[in-house]
Amino acid sequence: MTTPMVQAKGVTKNYGKLEVLKGIDLTVERGQVCCLLGPSGSGKSTFLRCINHLEGIDGGTLTVDGDLVGYRRHGQKLHELREPEIAQRRRDIGMVFQRFNLFPHMTALQNVIEAPVNVAGIPRVQATQEAHRLLEQVGLADRADHYPAQLSGGQQQRVAIARALAMKPKLMLFDEPTSALDPELVGDVLDVMRNLAAEGMTMVVVTHEIGFAREVADTAVFMDEGVVVEAGDPRHVLVEPEQDRTRAFLSAVL
Amino acid sequence: MATLSHADMKPDLHGSDENLNVVPLRHYGRWIAAAAAIAALVGLVGSLAKNDNLHWNVVGDYLFAGLIFDGLATTLWLTAAAMALGLGLGTVIAVMRLSSSPILYGMSSLFVWAFRGTPLLVQIIFWGYAAALYSQIKIGVPFTGITFISWDTNSVLTPAVAALLALGLNEAAYTSEIVRAGIQSVDPGQAEAAHSLGMRPALTARRIVLPQAMRVIIPPMGNETINMLKMTALVSVIGAHDLMSNIQEVYAQNYQVIPMLVVASLWYLALVSLLSIPQAWLERRYGRGSARSQNIPVIQRMLGTTSTTLARRTKKEAGR
Ligand SMILES: Nc1ncnc2c1ncn2[C@@H]1O[C@H](COP(=O)(O)OP(=O)(O)OP(=O)(O)O)[C@@H](O)[C@H]1O
Ligand SMILES: [Mg+2]
Repeated sequence: MTTPMVQAKGVTKNYGKLEVLKGIDLTVERGQVCCLLGPSGSGKSTFLRCINHLEGIDGGTLTVDGDLVGYRRHGQKLHELREPEIAQRRRDIGMVFQRFNLFPHMTALQNVIEAPVNVAGIPRVQATQEAHRLLEQVGLADRADHYPAQLSGGQQQRVAIARALAMKPKLMLFDEPTSALDPELVGDVLDVMRNLAAEGMTMVVVTHEIGFAREVADTAVFMDEGVVVEAGDPRHVLVEPEQDRTRAFLSAVL
Repeated sequence: MATLSHADMKPDLHGSDENLNVVPLRHYGRWIAAAAAIAALVGLVGSLAKNDNLHWNVVGDYLFAGLIFDGLATTLWLTAAAMALGLGLGTVIAVMRLSSSPILYGMSSLFVWAFRGTPLLVQIIFWGYAAALYSQIKIGVPFTGITFISWDTNSVLTPAVAALLALGLNEAAYTSEIVRAGIQSVDPGQAEAAHSLGMRPALTARRIVLPQAMRVIIPPMGNETINMLKMTALVSVIGAHDLMSNIQEVYAQNYQVIPMLVVASLWYLALVSLLSIPQAWLERRYGRGSARSQNIPVIQRMLGTTSTTLARRTKKEAGR
């Protein structure tokens, strides 16, 4: 048995008195696609952000590829890592945001080569070649010199995916990557993600695209109020769920 | 485009019978106002030129005098150095004010409170006469009498140094607020995206946050620089030999107050006008990628022919 790519055991997270995650257990195996679904405010984004330590956790353990995220274990205590060490671990985890978060003062190409050049220390010429290849892969070979403001939402999101892939991550996190897009632009982004999954990328995807989840996901996880209500094969969880809460959510979304 | 059939939409340039010209909105009011303003200006300049009490010959004699150039040089380096000190220290204070450490936050707030809360003139005089407060500057262990090095305050705190300290520290208090507003104007998602790519905080600040904050910081900093250039005149009260000090020295002897003030004003005006060139360049440099950053020349605005597009602008830039 290999180590799972993501393993969460009893992960809790509070914002002040508000308990946002109340003990999340979740395993994502290497090469698998895990879709997180659930109503607004159920803690999906928060959990995703814990995976690359944009948020710290308050209890439980969370590992990526066997390494604790953001902490080092000393006996029975977890010590938070220093920023440079956290940054080092984040290199291997790509993240795509709902609102793209492209760097507006850089062209698409500059967005993609920023981290390879300044973080990984790859020579600019080589990083540029690789970036052109990635932009072609997401169907934007001719948009390399455009600024984000000159791209449509769907194009921006595909640049954002290329930017995350440029660091050659072993895990990709997507937080509602198509929610801010006009309906006719959703398909292009989902196609890119479908190809990525087919190439064997391990992915955790927060999404409301039930169709995509059914088709691409290896596991579907339904969350509500900070707990995992139901998890498993998407053909069960998203077609004939056992829990009432899942059923109510699906009928509301579909 | 070729399928457009409504005459009121953008005309098809290749179409034959629908070859319409777009007539931009004419702003007749602007032309009338401009004519009236120019007439008033010509009248004013004319009356000033013919006024014998202004002693234009004195103005001419002193406009390019050596003493004036000495003062100009001092004014210029004082402005540059005080702005550099203000921007450097101001950025540090801005970062301290945004830090989660209560000690850093408290110290920086205290600094801003003190230096923004007292008149600049008071601060200049204070630094100029600080030797009366401490005659010696010592580095050592407090309350023990152990001293490593000491200086005579008057030899260190010359009028020029006092002027620089007063202007620079005061500027830092204002600049820190401008820089803080600039940093806070950047979407937190930008830093998150950078962090998720493995960028460290310092790299994120340098490559992602500050360049975007610059767009908000530069226009008020241009104002601050212009203000500083003129506020250096205040240091004449401690005799720092800036432009204004030297002008005062001259009219104290020849009593030609108004002509000498005209000389000073002409030079301040000239310097301020020159300053707008680097400001415009900086604004363009840091406005890249923003649709709002296009500058429409005033004459184009008058004629109503504004058709610059972002695409064209940035294509030009990408070609550099
Ligand atoms: N920085 C924060 N400070 C305080 N509360 C927060 C913060 N971020 C999130 N929350 C709260 O945590 C809860 C979970 O938020 P989260 O964003 O994880 O939900 P979500 O499942 O992603 O919802 P959505 O589908 O709307 O994106 C919400 O009640 C939210 O108000
Ligand atoms: Mg969310």
